[in-house]
Amino acid sequence: MPVTPLKLLRDWTCRQAPDQARWLVEQYTSLGQSGNEKDLHLFLGLVPRRLGKQDLTLTPQDLAMANQSYPGWRPEGWSLDGAARITALLAFESNRPFSDTFRDLVRTADARELITLYRGLALYPRPESLTDAVGEGLRSNMRAVFESIVHGNPYPRDHFDEHRWNHMVLKALFVGSRLSPIVGLDTRVNAELATILLDYARERWAAGREVSPELWRCVGPFAERVSAYAALQRALAGVPEQRSAAVLALMAADTPRARDLLKTVPDITALVADGRLDWNHLTLKEAA
Amino acid sequence: MFIDPHAHMVSRTTDDYEAMAAAGIVALIEPAFWVGQPRTFVGTYVDYLSSLVGWERFRAGQFGIRHYCTIGLNSKEANNEALAEGVMEWLPRFALKEGVVAIGEIGYDEQTPLEDKYFRAQLALARQLELPVMVHTPHRDKKRGTSRSMDVCEEMGLDPSWVVIDHNNEETVRETLDRGYWAGFSIYPSTKMGNARMVELLKQYGGDRIIVDSACDWGISDCLGVPKTARLALESGIAETVVRQVTYDNALAVYGKSGQMQAADWLDPAPIDQRTLFEGNSILRGGRDPLVEAPEDRRRDRLLIE
Ligand SMILES: [Zn+2]
Repeated sequence: MPVTPLKLLRDWTCRQAPDQARWLVEQYTSLGQSGNEKDLHLFLGLVPRRLGKQDLTLTPQDLAMANQSYPGWRPEGWSLDGAARITALLAFESNRPFSDTFRDLVRTADARELITLYRGLALYPRPESLTDAVGEGLRSNMRAVFESIVHGNPYPRDHFDEHRWNHMVLKALFVGSRLSPIVGLDTRVNAELATILLDYARERWAAGREVSPELWRCVGPFAERVSAYAALQRALAGVPEQRSAAVLALMAADTPRARDLLKTVPDITALVADGRLDWNHLTLKEAA
Repeated sequence: MFIDPHAHMVSRTTDDYEAMAAAGIVALIEPAFWVGQPRTFVGTYVDYLSSLVGWERFRAGQFGIRHYCTIGLNSKEANNEALAEGVMEWLPRFALKEGVVAIGEIGYDEQTPLEDKYFRAQLALARQLELPVMVHTPHRDKKRGTSRSMDVCEEMGLDPSWVVIDHNNEETVRETLDRGYWAGFSIYPSTKMGNARMVELLKQYGGDRIIVDSACDWGISDCLGVPKTARLALESGIAETVVRQVTYDNALAVYGKSGQMQAADWLDPAPIDQRTLFEGNSILRGGRDPLVEAPEDRRRDRLLIE
């Protein structure tokens, strides 16, 4: 049986703050017993003061363990104090529904706390009960808060309906967020999203603006159904990132028409086939 | 580099943030205060406090300015007892947030019994949480109100070196300094202090324990009060060290006692803050394009909106 996220987070936080490890363990344990929200608030307030705000240091093995304990959980870019705060929330036991406690915490959270609270979403008890609070976070104008839900977080993949998923992807493009860190991006593609994104691209082009090449990733599998060939052809004539993305999308479409278009760009198609270009690397790495 | 230790940014525009950053303001403190009309629900007040530690902090970060705040129940709204009781229950939770550098701005407006009650209660809270205090001194009956504010701080057992008495003028500064408090001066047109008068005060008193701020808010006020006063002072022959004391060092010294504000926050921010709170801003990542035109000029002269 894989280790629980709680156990991993306990170990990581204690390992990185050995001089505070005893205090942390005591706190985690007593929060699991007392169910007292005042204690929880106090702990959440004290953590950055006692641990500092450095990044959580994780090895590739740690990240692999995280993914085993909850598929798609990627705690990269977490901070030490944030990890300790989430550990406390996971350890906390109370008779009050967790969603009430959570909403209350969001209500008074400062900017960094908000990011932390949302990063742990998928790991909390009864995560499906948190959808209202998650909606608030998605509507946030603070990009980092939005991204704490959207990036490296399996919650949207596991709990968003199609409408919310599609609007999350669209908003990510609107605010200039990357798509590739979205967990489940390829498994949750759908024709409706492809249509929305194609409309969005046309609207941008009409305004004389460009679109993110990542957009084509969600269009490719439905290129035929949403008639995306003209748009992809335009992307094929664009800057290198657009060309690579269009090729990747056409390969995902895998239709006769897509294959014909790919024949017009044999050089890029070959690079993709060789694995030298992919959605995380739309331009060639400089030769060392 | 300047700190504006008293600025109500919820009432200001992005043009102001841009102008402040361009003028060299690296950090500011937003005291919780009255927003121009009374709040009538506890919840509105709670959301206001929440915006000080959340949204407004983020907004400032977009312009490369570090945003801190003080938490408190102001004197005007202390007169609504039902509201005041409700707000007092929430204050400790907010006071413990990161970046909260003091309890404030608190004190007297009309010097009523209710104002007195909640002023004292919040001084006790500041002592308990080991936080500095920012005291708003009244506009009317100022001299006596200021003396009384300090009397009460001492009655409540506060150390004057942890207390900033703000909105001083020529009539109150002597006593404030003699009693060991920090003396704040708000460079605020018409009603508080002009910067030419401020320069005269600096000539007379030097820079020890004197703090210049803009107190800019929803009224006719100038968010560049601190940098403009610094320039005027330098042009008037005030020593650079004194100017630096009153526009940077002193504010950092007193509000830094909270443990929530240090120069490293803007000189060498934690990676997590750079990735999140300072997204899109390059000033702290070394090298931002110099602003060649002042925002006001741009606003007037640039016809294209893209
Ligand atoms: Zn004020």
